[in-house]
Amino acid sequence: MATDAIPTFRAGTASLPLVVRLHEWVTTVDHKRLGILYIVYALVFLIIGGIEAAIMRIQLIRPHNNFVSPEVFNRMFTMHGTTMIFFVVMPMLFGFANYLLPLMIGARDMAFPRLNAFSFWLTAFGGILLYFSFLGANGLYGAGNAPDVGWFAYAPLTSKTFSLGHSTDFWTLSLLVSGFGSIGTAVNIIATVFCMRCPGMTQAKMPLLAWLNLVMAVLVILAVSPLSAAQIMLAVDRYLGGHFFDTQAGGSAVIWMHFFWIFGHPEVYVLVIPAFAFVSEIVPVFSRKAIFGYPVMVAATVCIAFISMSVWAHHMFTVGMNANANTFFVLSTMAIAVPTGIKIFNWLATMWGGKIHFKTPMLFCIGFLFQFLIAGLTGIMLGAAPFTWHLGNSYFVVAHFHYVIVGAILFATFGAFYYWFPKMSGKMYNETLGKLHFWLFVIGFHLTFDFMHIPGLLGMPRRIYTYEPGRGWDTLNLIVTIGVFFQAVGILVFVANLLWSYFHGETVGSDPWDAWTLEWSTSSPPPAYNFAIIPEVRSRRPLWDLKHPEDPDWKYE
Amino acid sequence: MQKRSPLNWRRRFAVNVIVLFYLPAAALADPADHSISPTNIFAPVSTPAHSIIGLSFFVLAVTAAIFAIVFSLLVYCVVRFGKRRDDDGREPPQVYGSNQVELAWTVIPVLIVMVLFLATARVIASIQKAAQPRNAIQVIAIGHQFWWEYRYPGLKVVTANELHVPVSDPAHPTPTFITLLSADTDHSFWVPRLGGKTDLIPNHPNSMWIDPQVTGLYVGQCAQYCGTQHAKMLLRVYVQSRQEFDRWVEEQSRAPHSSTAVSEGQRIFETTACINCHAVTGTVADGRFGPDLTHLMTRETIASGAAPNTPENLRLWIQNPDTIKPGSKMPAMGLSDHQLDAVTAYLATLH
Repeated sequence: MATDAIPTFRAGTASLPLVVRLHEWVTTVDHKRLGILYIVYALVFLIIGGIEAAIMRIQLIRPHNNFVSPEVFNRMFTMHGTTMIFFVVMPMLFGFANYLLPLMIGARDMAFPRLNAFSFWLTAFGGILLYFSFLGANGLYGAGNAPDVGWFAYAPLTSKTFSLGHSTDFWTLSLLVSGFGSIGTAVNIIATVFCMRCPGMTQAKMPLLAWLNLVMAVLVILAVSPLSAAQIMLAVDRYLGGHFFDTQAGGSAVIWMHFFWIFGHPEVYVLVIPAFAFVSEIVPVFSRKAIFGYPVMVAATVCIAFISMSVWAHHMFTVGMNANANTFFVLSTMAIAVPTGIKIFNWLATMWGGKIHFKTPMLFCIGFLFQFLIAGLTGIMLGAAPFTWHLGNSYFVVAHFHYVIVGAILFATFGAFYYWFPKMSGKMYNETLGKLHFWLFVIGFHLTFDFMHIPGLLGMPRRIYTYEPGRGWDTLNLIVTIGVFFQAVGILVFVANLLWSYFHGETVGSDPWDAWTLEWSTSSPPPAYNFAIIPEVRSRRPLWDLKHPEDPDWKYE
Repeated sequence: MQKRSPLNWRRRFAVNVIVLFYLPAAALADPADHSISPTNIFAPVSTPAHSIIGLSFFVLAVTAAIFAIVFSLLVYCVVRFGKRRDDDGREPPQVYGSNQVELAWTVIPVLIVMVLFLATARVIASIQKAAQPRNAIQVIAIGHQFWWEYRYPGLKVVTANELHVPVSDPAHPTPTFITLLSADTDHSFWVPRLGGKTDLIPNHPNSMWIDPQVTGLYVGQCAQYCGTQHAKMLLRVYVQSRQEFDRWVEEQSRAPHSSTAVSEGQRIFETTACINCHAVTGTVADGRFGPDLTHLMTRETIASGAAPNTPENLRLWIQNPDTIKPGSKMPAMGLSDHQLDAVTAYLATLH
C-alpha cells in the first residue's frame, strides 16, 4: 500500500482552492473517492433516465395522446432502458462495491487502484458518448438523433438498411466502452476479494457482501464479454460490410438474440446479487441477529450464478424455438427459483426472533423482501413458456422486471444509501425525510407497477407509443402514470435529504448503527488509508467479538 | 408468553393485516369476461389459447399459495419481532442457522418446481407438437413495416391486414396453420383470444396454429418492436362460418371488374409511384412493398387497422399518411385535389 502518501493527503484538503480539489477528484485512485464518483454519476443518470420514463408515461396517460411523436417515444424507451441498466444500476452497484469492499475486508485499497480509475472513466465516457448522440448522431442523412432500436436492439433493426445515420453506432460504441470499464472493475473486485483480505479473514469469514460481489464480478466477466463481442460484430456489419446480423444478406437475427440474452440474463443477476448483498448486511444489523445460514447463503448465490448462465433463452420463448429447447429453458428457469427462495427464507429467519429497528435502511429492506417475493413469483409465471407466449413482450413483462429492478434492486440500494451514508459523509441523514422518501416511493411504486401488470394480461404489448381506446387499458394506464409523480417526489426528497444532511446533518461517530463489520471500526468518513493498523479478525462479525468478549462469534463458527 | 398483552395485540394486528390483504382477491370479478377487453388473455376461444390459460390458472394458484405463506411470514416477522417500547437493550439470542430447516426449504421448493415443470412441458408439447390435419387451412403471414400480408397458397388468395379464417367445430376441427415470415424486421403475431404470440423473423420461418370455435372479429397487434409505427400495426382476424368463409374466398379469387367511369383515377394510379408498391390483379400494378389492393374495398380498415376504410380516410391516407400513421412507409403522394378525388374514386371500385 502507498503508505508514504498518507501525511500529504491528510493535510486539510478542504482548505485547498476548488480547482485543486476538483483536480484531486479527477486524478484520484482512492477506492472511496472512485466509489463516490460512481455513485454520484449514477444518481445524475438516474434523474435523466427518470425524466425519460416520465415522458413515456405522460404520452401513455390516455389513448391516442399526442405529447410526443412516435420517433421521440421510441428514442425515449431505448435511452431509458440503456441508461438505467448500464449507466445507473451498474455504476451505482460498482460504486458501493468499490467503496465498501476494501473497508469490509480490512484492506487499504482495491487490488489495482489505477485500473479502478481507468474503469470508472471508461464507464463515464461511455455514458457521455451515448448522450452525445442527441447532438452528433444525425449524420448526413438527418435520420434522427438518439438511438431508437430498443435497449436489446434486435437485429435487423440495427442494420444500415433500417437504422440510417449514426444513432445505432453511438449505442454500440458507448456500450462497448462502458463494457470494458465493467470488465476492468470486475477483474479488480475478484483480485481484491481473493488477495487483499486482512489476516484471519478466510473466505468463510468474509462478510456476505464480499462474497456476493465476488460472484457478481465473475458474472460480469462471463456476461459482458459476449455482449462486447456482439457489439463488435454489429460494428463490423455496419461499417466493414459484415453480415453477421444482416438478414438481407443471409445473416441471422436470432443469433443476435442469443448473444444479447446470454449477456442479458446473467446481467439481471449482476444487478440483483449486489442488492442481495446490501440486504444481507442491513437486515442482520437492524434485526440485531447474525445472518441465518451463512454457508447456505453463499452456496445459494453461487448456485444462482451457475444456473443463470443457462436460462437466457427464456427471453426467446416466442422466437419459435422447438418444443425440446423451450422445455429445457423452462426447467432451468424454474430451477433458479429454488436458491432464490432459500435466500428469502434465510432473510426471514434472520428477522425471526430478533429485535427489529425500523430505521429507513431496514424499511427499504422490508420493501425489498415484499417486492422481490412478488417479482420472483411473476418470474415463475413467465418461466412457464406457454404463459409467456401471452405475456412475453407485454406490459406484464415490463411490470415484472421493474419489480425486480425498482422494487428489489433500487429499494435495496436506497437502503444501502441510508445505511452507509453516515460512513461516507460522517453525517447522519434526516430520519423523517428518509421515512417520507420510503412511503412516497412505496405508494408511487405500487401505483405504477402493480397496475402495470394488468394491461399486459389484457393484451397490451410494450414499446407502443400509443394505443387504441376500448381495450380496457385506459384507466390502468392513467393510474400507472399517476404513480410516477409520487416516485418523482420521493426521489426529490431523497436527493434533498442527502444534500441537506451532507452540509447540516448531525456528526456521527465511527459506528452509529452498533454494527459488526470492519468498515464501522474506522472513522467516518474513513481516512485515505482506511485503517491505521490492519485489523485482524477471528469471525464473520469482528466488531461483535469486540463488543461481546463474553460471547464471541468465533466460538460458534 | 400468552399472558403478555402487547404480544397478543401484535398477533391480532398481524392476522388482521394478512386477512385484509387477501379480501380483494376473493372479490375479484370473473377474469374470463371478454367485455373487460377484446384482447383479454383469460377469454380464450381457440384450443392453444385454452391450453395456455388452463396452465396459467394452475401456475397462478401455486404462486398465490406460495405468496400467501411467505407474505404472511413476513408480516408476522415485522409485527411480532419489532423492537418494543419497553426493550431491555439486550441483544436477542444469536442463531446462526439450522441444517434441518435449510434442507426443508430446499426440498419443498424443488418438489413444487418439478410439478410446475411437468405441467408446463405437457402444454408445450400439446401445442408445439400438434399434427396438422389434412383439411387444415394454410396461411402465410408476412410481416412488413408496418402491415400484414396474408397469402392462402391453396386458395390463391392474397390480402392484407385482415385475416379471414373458418370457424372450427371441436367435433370436426378445421384449424388454420399459419406460416410466419418477415419481409424486413422482427414482428410478432398476437391475437390473445386465439393463441399465444409467435415472432415473424427474417430468414427464420415460424409456424403457429389456431382453431377458433366462435365466430366473430378478434383483434390484437404486433408484439415485437419493429420500428417507428410498431404501435399501429394492428391485427384483425375474422372468424367466419364455413359458408361465409367460402363466399369470401370466392370473392377474393375473382378478378376485379374495371369501370370506365374511373379510368382517369386508374391512369393516375398506374402512372405514378403507386404501382411501385401496390398490386391490383389484372393491371400493370404489381408492386409487393405495400398491401395488395385488388379487393381493397372488401376490407373494413386501412393502414393496418389504424383507420376505418372510408373514402374520406382513403383520400386523407393518399394525401398525407402522417395524419393517420406518422412514420409509416406510405409516402405523401403530392397529388392535386382533383387527382386525389380521381384516385380515391378508382380505389373505391376495387371490390
